Amino acid sequence: MTQKIKCAIIGPGNIGTDLIYKLKRSPVLDPVWMVGIDPTSEGLVRARAMGLKTTDQGVDGLLPHVLADGVQIAFDATSAYVHKANSDKLNALGVLMVDLTPAAIGGLCVPPVNLATHAKAQAMNVNMISCAGQATIPMVNAVSRVQPVGYAEIIATVSSKSIGPGTRANLDEFTYTTSSAVCAVGGSRTGKALVIINPADPPMIMRNTIYCLTDDEPDQERIRASVLEMVKEVQKYVPGYRLVNGPVFDGKKVATFMEVAGLGDYLPTYAGNLDIMTAAAALTAEMFATEILAGRYQLTAVKEAA
Amino acid sequence: MSELKNLKGRKVLVHDMALRDGMHAKREQISTAQMIAVATALDEAGVPLIQVSHGAGLGGNSLQHGFAMHSNEEYWDAVVPKMKRARISALLIPGLGTMKELQSAYDHGVRSVHVATHCTEADTSPQHIAYARKLGMDATGFLMMAHLNDAKGLAEQGKLMESYGAQTIYITDSAGYMLPSDVIERVRALRAVLKPETEIGFHGHHNLGMGIANSIAAIEEGASRIDASVGGLGAGAGNTPLEVFIAVCERMGIDTGCDLFKLMDLTQDIIFPMMDHIVRVDRSSLTLGFAGVYSTFLLHADRAGKKYGLPARDILVELGRKKMIGGQEDMIEDTALTMAKERGLLKDKAA
Repeated sequence: MTQKIKCAIIGPGNIGTDLIYKLKRSPVLDPVWMVGIDPTSEGLVRARAMGLKTTDQGVDGLLPHVLADGVQIAFDATSAYVHKANSDKLNALGVLMVDLTPAAIGGLCVPPVNLATHAKAQAMNVNMISCAGQATIPMVNAVSRVQPVGYAEIIATVSSKSIGPGTRANLDEFTYTTSSAVCAVGGSRTGKALVIINPADPPMIMRNTIYCLTDDEPDQERIRASVLEMVKEVQKYVPGYRLVNGPVFDGKKVATFMEVAGLGDYLPTYAGNLDIMTAAAALTAEMFATEILAGRYQLTAVKEAA
Repeated sequence: MSELKNLKGRKVLVHDMALRDGMHAKREQISTAQMIAVATALDEAGVPLIQVSHGAGLGGNSLQHGFAMHSNEEYWDAVVPKMKRARISALLIPGLGTMKELQSAYDHGVRSVHVATHCTEADTSPQHIAYARKLGMDATGFLMMAHLNDAKGLAEQGKLMESYGAQTIYITDSAGYMLPSDVIERVRALRAVLKPETEIGFHGHHNLGMGIANSIAAIEEGASRIDASVGGLGAGAGNTPLEVFIAVCERMGIDTGCDLFKLMDLTQDIIFPMMDHIVRVDRSSLTLGFAGVYSTFLLHADRAGKKYGLPARDILVELGRKKMIGGQEDMIEDTALTMAKERGLLKDKAA
């Protein structure tokens, strides 16, 4: 049997639970711990049923077991406000953090755009931005790698049932982090992110619209080819990522209309927003795991910030 | 409907929407000079609250919602210093507007805010309502597309917003779909669960011609704040026309403190000449009201219809069928593209 890197998941909500499914399928990752704060949480019960060890004492409940159980990668699916503390405690034990909150204290990662640069960085914290960011930034980059984009705007619509209480209560952090990543990773000079939560029943599938304003007349042929190529890259880890309409050219405005269907692991397929986040995080962690297993990535204990 | 109750002496706080909701009807193209002219005339006529911002509120300037002639800050800086009595308000839709923009609104003199969510998503507003209260603003929880939640559900959502600090809960008929009986049951349900000091408001659209009747029905059941728009300048067939509402209030003895004749003059002399199209119940806006579609979609659907050779009415009906809500303006072109493909109208265009 090939060796796997042991992982802990913090936060047994929608994202944390879906992540268990993704990690269990990985050839190089093995989810062993689920961390919660509520002993009555359904998520912890479900994680136990799926064979994970659990604690309801938060990250502090995990710390005594990190070394004994050989946990080397942790996924944080809690909230931006507690992420820094979680990360500091685990980094101090040499655990690499993959952050699924909008805290964005580590480098921003959208796998088909910049995963390779993170492999070289030897960082101990990497941030996955947001589901909206994962679904739209590849398209911004598909245009900006052809020609300069002065402004990009993304609109993500997600079904009400797929958005948990953490995201709802902190919507501003979600929009701030996504907007800044549209520029930093997508490659536009300025950017804006809008999110809409739609309660339609049956739930609607995740939809995303990406507008880019190019500095000069858009090179339609090259942009169309670049968009189609990027769609294929994302489909490698999210098969339900689909171009519905576009690219549509209107002067210097380039519009693409996407749909994201999930694999239906934890929530049904409408919740593509869940999948694109967890699949991107798993892919990122797999890259780190492969590097660790090959002896190319040194996990170093980071002193806890005072 | 039962016999009209005697509303003589009831006090109602009216809130004008022409310089915010009306921005939709003007494709966000209102000059600061026009803003000042309308706002000072409203102030002069005794209207106590005037909303001034991009049609989509804070953070509204975007490809999705259009770019206004000026930033919100430029509009507030033009209007706020001219007000003798009226307070200026703004709209904040979480997911679009943020607390940074709310702080800026406050810094530029805005003292009241509608924090708006879809009628089932109140729990996306706690940060913004709490922040408005922290700033000392008059904070309203604004439940949009209220016809899409039943009375009990809407009351639960209103209770949530009250728990975040909202001092008024609005029933917002964004699609102009509601009938007086729909309004009555929702106001009753809210009144039954809210604290006595929490006010109830109603924001109407005139797509079925029910703006005034619905507002009066809301007042009968205990609403004390009414949104209206002078000259009816607003999205869809416009908001409840303010001057007509005030005339009805005068007849019924409802106390609004507004001067009817001054509002009539403002409508006739300033608002009507400002309109790019006559804001009224027409084929498209009636479709909104009949199909329960977000009023702001009107001009977007007209544009997409022209671009792809489709009747706007067909697009609006399809948007209603797909249960699109406020903020999903991007889905109008997407829906039009998909419909055009299905109808074989996109032969030579790769899409």
